[in-house]
Amino acid sequence: MLTISGLGKHFGGLAVLEDVSFEVPAGGIFGLIGPNGAGKTTVFNLVTGLLKPTTGTVSFEGRSLAGLQPHQITRLGIARTFQNIRIFKEMTLLQNVMVGLHGALGYGPLALLLNQGSFRRAEAEARERALELLSWVKLQDRASMLADNLSYGDQRKLEFARALATGPRLLLLDEPVAGMNPAEKDALMEEIRNIAGRGFGVFLIEHDMRFVMGLCERIAVLNFGRVIAEGSPEEVRNDPGVIEAYLGREDGGAP
Amino acid sequence: MFTQQLLNALTLGSVYALFALGFTLVFGVLAVINLSHGAVFMVGSYAALTLVTRLHLPLGIALPAAMALSGCLGMAIDVLILKPLRARNAPHLIPMIATIGVAIMLSSAAQGIFGAEILRFPEGTIPAGEFTLGEVHVRALELSIVGISFGLMAVLFLAIRRTQLGRALRAIAESPRSASLLGINVEGLFHATSFVAAALGGVAGVLIGLNFNAITPLMGQPILHKGIAVIILGGMGDIRGALLAGLFLGFAEVMSKAYLSSQMGDAVAFGLLFLILLVRPSGLFGRVLERKA
Repeated sequence: MLTISGLGKHFGGLAVLEDVSFEVPAGGIFGLIGPNGAGKTTVFNLVTGLLKPTTGTVSFEGRSLAGLQPHQITRLGIARTFQNIRIFKEMTLLQNVMVGLHGALGYGPLALLLNQGSFRRAEAEARERALELLSWVKLQDRASMLADNLSYGDQRKLEFARALATGPRLLLLDEPVAGMNPAEKDALMEEIRNIAGRGFGVFLIEHDMRFVMGLCERIAVLNFGRVIAEGSPEEVRNDPGVIEAYLGREDGGAP
Repeated sequence: MFTQQLLNALTLGSVYALFALGFTLVFGVLAVINLSHGAVFMVGSYAALTLVTRLHLPLGIALPAAMALSGCLGMAIDVLILKPLRARNAPHLIPMIATIGVAIMLSSAAQGIFGAEILRFPEGTIPAGEFTLGEVHVRALELSIVGISFGLMAVLFLAIRRTQLGRALRAIAESPRSASLLGINVEGLFHATSFVAAALGGVAGVLIGLNFNAITPLMGQPILHKGIAVIILGGMGDIRGALLAGLFLGFAEVMSKAYLSSQMGDAVAFGLLFLILLVRPSGLFGRVLERKA
């Protein structure tokens, strides 16, 4: 579904990514793991068009993403969330999700003046769709609350619903459980499984090893900007290179 | 006498609000204090005058045409000057300084083309009708100014409060990057916002030009200062705030000229603003705006 080949990114003289290649299959949950600073978020930034690659290509469903703007890539069917939550705090939950329906809302500003009928219909449909998405993450009861008042874990769920509003076929999650307590982590794991269960592809970055192992069907491991292993959780867990790079050497102390 | 002054204040205040609305919109969406807004105001005024005197267009056509021309100028400023600065991640003072340069260029150009003297609309172009309502003397011109200002502001309000366009703009105001990843064409809306803001500024220029029937290359300066005061008083980036603060400044200015001293109108108005800001430092509707990349 998402094919990354020979991807490299240099910042000045510093190579953050070097010849990274892997494929995220359609459907299911794919994990990209690696220690902090391995270049995981850079991969996401290159896929979503926030950064331009120095070498290599990214293609989605056979179509090259080279030269596309972030909003164009989103409209092709790739959505993402950030490691530090970026919901719109001064808007209600409903408005947050409705912003994500931007691509689907076809009317221009003049519709308000010239075509009240189609304007109302489009708004009502968007509202209904947004409420449905909120119900997926069990936030529909608080739709008219300001997003700023949500707990940390619920803000993340709202971010999921908002990303799903863009109508993606692949959802990129950047460390979705960073900073969450164990109960919140379990709840989010459940939500991510639900999302994948509805047929959305999920591609997530994580460095919490246990979380990834319990969730992902396939995993790629990144270290110092290179892919050092790829396979099922079982294969990755037993790979000596991964154990050394990611968990630390036996004599190197705790990870 | 007092009701008469109320009408004058409403006329002036509605134009201040209209001017400040574009100013605050650009700040809210682009996070730029666009100091060329006063010069765009001046260009709008000259554009309408030129269309009337050279092309002999009626005001009813010259006004919307001047509005569109000002809008194009604002969009050009965004595309040619602000966009390259954004692309280079220039710190936020840089675009502000750049727009000072634009303002100087525009007023120098106007001086070169039209001369430094005060120009006036030819007789007969300004609606001359007037009537008396009780003891209040109402000019058709004033009514039109108030009507046009409030009409344009109402359309903008509705568009921002009720439509997806408004939600997208508020999303950009909080985080352009998140907005772009939700499928919103952020650069496109930056250009569109610049167009709308400058169009409003240009109309305000035409209306003030008509109200005082005096157009000069430097007429953008005093209104720019008032615009800055208005958007600070209203709360930076807040549209309701710009409207109320604009009306307030118009009232303060007219009333102090009428009842205190004709020379001290601006001083009293700005003094009042200062006092209000002492009590509410973030403005009427202000909140601390935190913006993340």
